[in-house]
Amino acid sequence: MIRVSSRTDPSRGTAAGVTVSSLLAGILLASLLFAALGVNPAQALARIFSGSFGSVYGLGETVTKAIPLMLIGAGLAVALRGKLWNIGAEGQLLAGAVCATAVALRLKDSLPAPLMIPLLFAAGAAGGALCGALSGWLKTRWNVNEVISTLMLNYILAELVQFLVYGPWKGTTQFGFPYTDNFAVSATLPCLGPTRIHWPTLLAALLACAASAFLLFRTRFGFETRACGGNPEAARYAGLAPDRTAVLLMAFSGALAGMAGVGEVAGIHKHLSYPWAISSGYGYTAILAAWIAAAHPLLVIPSSLLLGGILVGGDAIQTSMGLPGSAISVFNGILLLAMAGGEFFLRYRVSMPLFKVRRLSKKAAC
Amino acid sequence: MLISDTLARSLVAGTPLLLATAGEIYAERSGVLNLGVEGMMAVGAVAAFGTAASTGSPWLGLLAGAAAGTALAAVHAFLCVSMKANQVVSGLALTMLGLGLSGVYGRSYVGMPLPCRFRHDPMLLLALLLSAGLGIVLFRTRWGIAVRSVGEHPGACEAAGVDVARVRYACVLLGGAMAGMAGAQLSLVYVPSWIEGMTAGRGWIVIALTIFAGWNPWKAAVGAFLFGGIDISQYLLQSYLSPNILKMFPYAATLLALLAAGRSPHGADSPPAALALPYRKGER
Repeated sequence: MIRVSSRTDPSRGTAAGVTVSSLLAGILLASLLFAALGVNPAQALARIFSGSFGSVYGLGETVTKAIPLMLIGAGLAVALRGKLWNIGAEGQLLAGAVCATAVALRLKDSLPAPLMIPLLFAAGAAGGALCGALSGWLKTRWNVNEVISTLMLNYILAELVQFLVYGPWKGTTQFGFPYTDNFAVSATLPCLGPTRIHWPTLLAALLACAASAFLLFRTRFGFETRACGGNPEAARYAGLAPDRTAVLLMAFSGALAGMAGVGEVAGIHKHLSYPWAISSGYGYTAILAAWIAAAHPLLVIPSSLLLGGILVGGDAIQTSMGLPGSAISVFNGILLLAMAGGEFFLRYRVSMPLFKVRRLSKKAAC
Repeated sequence: MLISDTLARSLVAGTPLLLATAGEIYAERSGVLNLGVEGMMAVGAVAAFGTAASTGSPWLGLLAGAAAGTALAAVHAFLCVSMKANQVVSGLALTMLGLGLSGVYGRSYVGMPLPCRFRHDPMLLLALLLSAGLGIVLFRTRWGIAVRSVGEHPGACEAAGVDVARVRYACVLLGGAMAGMAGAQLSLVYVPSWIEGMTAGRGWIVIALTIFAGWNPWKAAVGAFLFGGIDISQYLLQSYLSPNILKMFPYAATLLALLAAGRSPHGADSPPAALALPYRKGER
């Protein structure tokens, strides 16, 4: 009835077609689930996409949420090419936010913005990189699976942030809320017009995507990454150092996640607060962004915008249709499941020989 | 008094870990990595709480928890066994989906006390019996040989007449049921109420415990109760340390446990050779 044969190297068109149809299938499945929850799926989808792409305000919010996704997604895409599963971007983002906050609280307004802001980003990148490199080192030196070590660090850093904002860093001017004091004006990022788009981070994110693509496809390190991801034993035999590459890749993706954390604290909140306020699951959503982009850093830009839109739309249906915030996690989970399932059609050609027989018989008639 | 009380509470805290770890060991022994434990536990917890609250029977709740975990695992089995999907991606997606679904369905149960409870906690005994039984099946029966061999060399099994896909489906579904029951234990016995995010990373600790136990259900009990004790130590130390620092303990301990497992010299503790590799008949 249905014939499945394997294929190698699907064309770009096929790959794009499979990605788009997987996304559509995911949206369809999610609609069915919304319907099962008693929510009109057409209405919910319309709210999601009109909330995120239907107005200037919505678009601004979409881009704002896409900024951390792009930064993190670019790093994850590079790490994925090296077959490294960095699930710890959430924690690395928080590490970046903590380091930037430490710098901002200590230096206050002693430096002008043109010096202060690069310093914040450098501190954040260092914090994230350290966090990522730790997991890379644990993996290569101690054989600790990176999925689990990065995840455990997510929980540990979330607790660290809470410890800081409830304890030693609790602000004196925040009316008892668990926030640090606000950053000095020179340590906050400027926004585009009335939106919340903190443009220095957006610029950094776009540059990060471009630089990651360059790194991956045009440099020796990128070649090593792809070789080690393809077959670490062969790479080692060829004189490459897969262990060193793995640690560097984890540090690189961690650094970009840390920069995303700087954007959130210095661009949006202007202080450090609850971990779930600083990052609403960006580290996890960015995995989806990198996967939809087929681990191509430049394609992370459109996939981040799409997912940013879904996050904004999720807020919209939360307020207007009374759905809980976790509904968007359901939506993203189903999208990722559909993407995982869709890969089957990249690796296997599925055909119904019924049609083939007809074609053959036509030929035979000729 | 304090010591026996602490021990008893460690056992209760370790019970969900033992249940879910024994299940994950089966899935991984058959060659399927299931990173969706956290999500399966979450849906198990909410289904168990909801059913127990509406029917008044904790036993039906437990059954519902197991069913919910199995249902979510069925998605994973279909994608990973039938569709040869990437097991890491599918498992992560399952966690997102499970946590999300539990949040959506559990909205009406937040802050609600559990109207009915087990008269005596049967879960600890159930977990011990199940993990011991699963250990016996795994190491002492033909089924166990099939499970272990399918995870090591599916091609050879297929040639020997073992239906690889069927064994893997069975193991993944079993893992789902066990994770669902673990979730049910959380919402029916340990807490007992429904709080969003109440699994608190236990599903991930289970994945680590699977490695720590060397894929052996008998050894899983040691790890699970050790971690139960670490969970409980938070309450003992709360007058000395900040609660946020204490909450880091189980996660830091997980890293330490993996460090210990990673440097263990026993070759027997290496993962199943075909772990996380999809298998298709006739392909090498």
